[in-house]
Amino acid sequence: MLESLAISLVDAVPVLSGVPLWTITLLIMVVVAAVVLTFALTYAGLATYVERKVAGDIQARIGPNRVGPVGILQFLADGIKLLLKEDIIPAKADRFLFVLAPYLVFIGSFAAFVVVPFGVGLIASDLNIGIYYVMAITSLVVVGVLVAGWASNNKWALLGGMRAAAQIVSYEIPVGMALLPAVLIAGSLSLQDIVRSQGGLFGIFGWNLFHNPFTFFSFFLYYVAALAETNRTPFDIPEAESELVAGYHVEYSGIRFAFFFLAEYGDMFVVSALATACFLGGWHVPFLNAEALPAVWGNLFSLGVFLGKALGLVVVMMWVRWTLPRLRVDQLMRMSWKYLVPLTFFNLLGVSLWLLLFQGRGIPQMIASLFG
Amino acid sequence: MSQDPAQGGPGPAAGPGALGPEAHVMVGNADKFINWCRRSSLWYLLFATACCGIELMQTGASRYDLDRFGAVFRATPRQSDLMIVAGTVTHKMAERLIRLYEQMPEPKYVISMGSCANTGGPFYKDSYCVVKGVDLLVPVDVYVPGCPPRPEALIDGIIKLQKIIDQKRNFAAAAKA
Repeated sequence: MLESLAISLVDAVPVLSGVPLWTITLLIMVVVAAVVLTFALTYAGLATYVERKVAGDIQARIGPNRVGPVGILQFLADGIKLLLKEDIIPAKADRFLFVLAPYLVFIGSFAAFVVVPFGVGLIASDLNIGIYYVMAITSLVVVGVLVAGWASNNKWALLGGMRAAAQIVSYEIPVGMALLPAVLIAGSLSLQDIVRSQGGLFGIFGWNLFHNPFTFFSFFLYYVAALAETNRTPFDIPEAESELVAGYHVEYSGIRFAFFFLAEYGDMFVVSALATACFLGGWHVPFLNAEALPAVWGNLFSLGVFLGKALGLVVVMMWVRWTLPRLRVDQLMRMSWKYLVPLTFFNLLGVSLWLLLFQGRGIPQMIASLFG
Repeated sequence: MSQDPAQGGPGPAAGPGALGPEAHVMVGNADKFINWCRRSSLWYLLFATACCGIELMQTGASRYDLDRFGAVFRATPRQSDLMIVAGTVTHKMAERLIRLYEQMPEPKYVISMGSCANTGGPFYKDSYCVVKGVDLLVPVDVYVPGCPPRPEALIDGIIKLQKIIDQKRNFAAAAKA
């Protein structure tokens, strides 16, 4: 996709025809990466502000309102302050791993942004194994967390890292299984193809969410399991304050801690974006086909729709976090292995049978065919 | 600017190699910005030694809401900027308090909250086990009187600390030296 962009750029600007094509492709890659990363960091910063405002609302407080207009610059102050804090590496820590861990977590979280289908043509790389790639690359997060826990040479950090490993490995299975129905329906692992498969004339009834009862259920199973994968309350046992001080990042100060913090918000967005793309129709809205609009407006419109849905799900995550208490370790494991894993397998079976029996048609399509 | 009220003593004297006024305008703005960031994001350590801790919790909770000023609690000293010593410090706790203070990364600030932390309070006269003021252990920026101080008083203390941070010279002092 980027290569075709480079070719069209060369066609449009004849001066560039002397430059080798790979140079232009590389430059476009760098620009795209910069744009995506800028978006991701701005989003993460603003999300921390929104989170504190949501927390304030739920706890009958006000939340930040002194820093900048209505406190909107809070994330800037926090970020610069963390950047200027002393960088402590404990004397007994494993220096190399201690320094490496935040990068692993950050990369694992933000590399997933590459395949997020922001709009009709707005995707950094439309990999044909999109979902598989997200599942694989976000697993890097757990490696980073475990490395952080081990390298800190701190009992709390190690316990937090161990808990995170157990939790994320357990919840990878329901997450993957809950996403498979969308893959089955679209017949493709590419996120852009999955989004396209949910278009059509049916408005919101084209979405996988309403395809059949099993996919409806699957969305909620995915959302719960994915919430556990992001290590947020009520599943935040790896950093449970009341038990582990701060869990795996207990020894991290300043900007190294900020990396963990940003990665958590990056994870939240990736999870919400995946839920949006696989179940909520991605950038589709009822009665308006973004692909039929002129390119620029279509892209802008679909970007707005997609961000609206995904960020809405992110806010739901914050809402859940500030409402529910934390689960115990055994409750968490029981929930994954005794409830979510069997249910997602059952769902997968159900969707497969449905597709086999009704030749891949969903309930809205069948109702529509009744009326001719 | 030879006098630095934040550091309590005379600032470093301007040497012959001191920068011109333009340079001071430049680093002055950088100083202002950094001080603004630091004072707007005072994460305090989740640490209370006695009954003042209840008032500290209330200050962070609904009615008084320290989060308005950008101050949230962190459970680990590695991520906190401000230690609010809330209550009586015993000799046994003193060791832990000093260790926690040393675990905090620079720049760090201390608020001594309540009479016990300020001077030993009711235990001043004849207690064998109470430290007579936390300033014997760690450097204190702001003292908040009261037994215990009400949340308004603690918020006033934090605003006073913000004013102190506003007066810090990060670059200007370094440029002069």
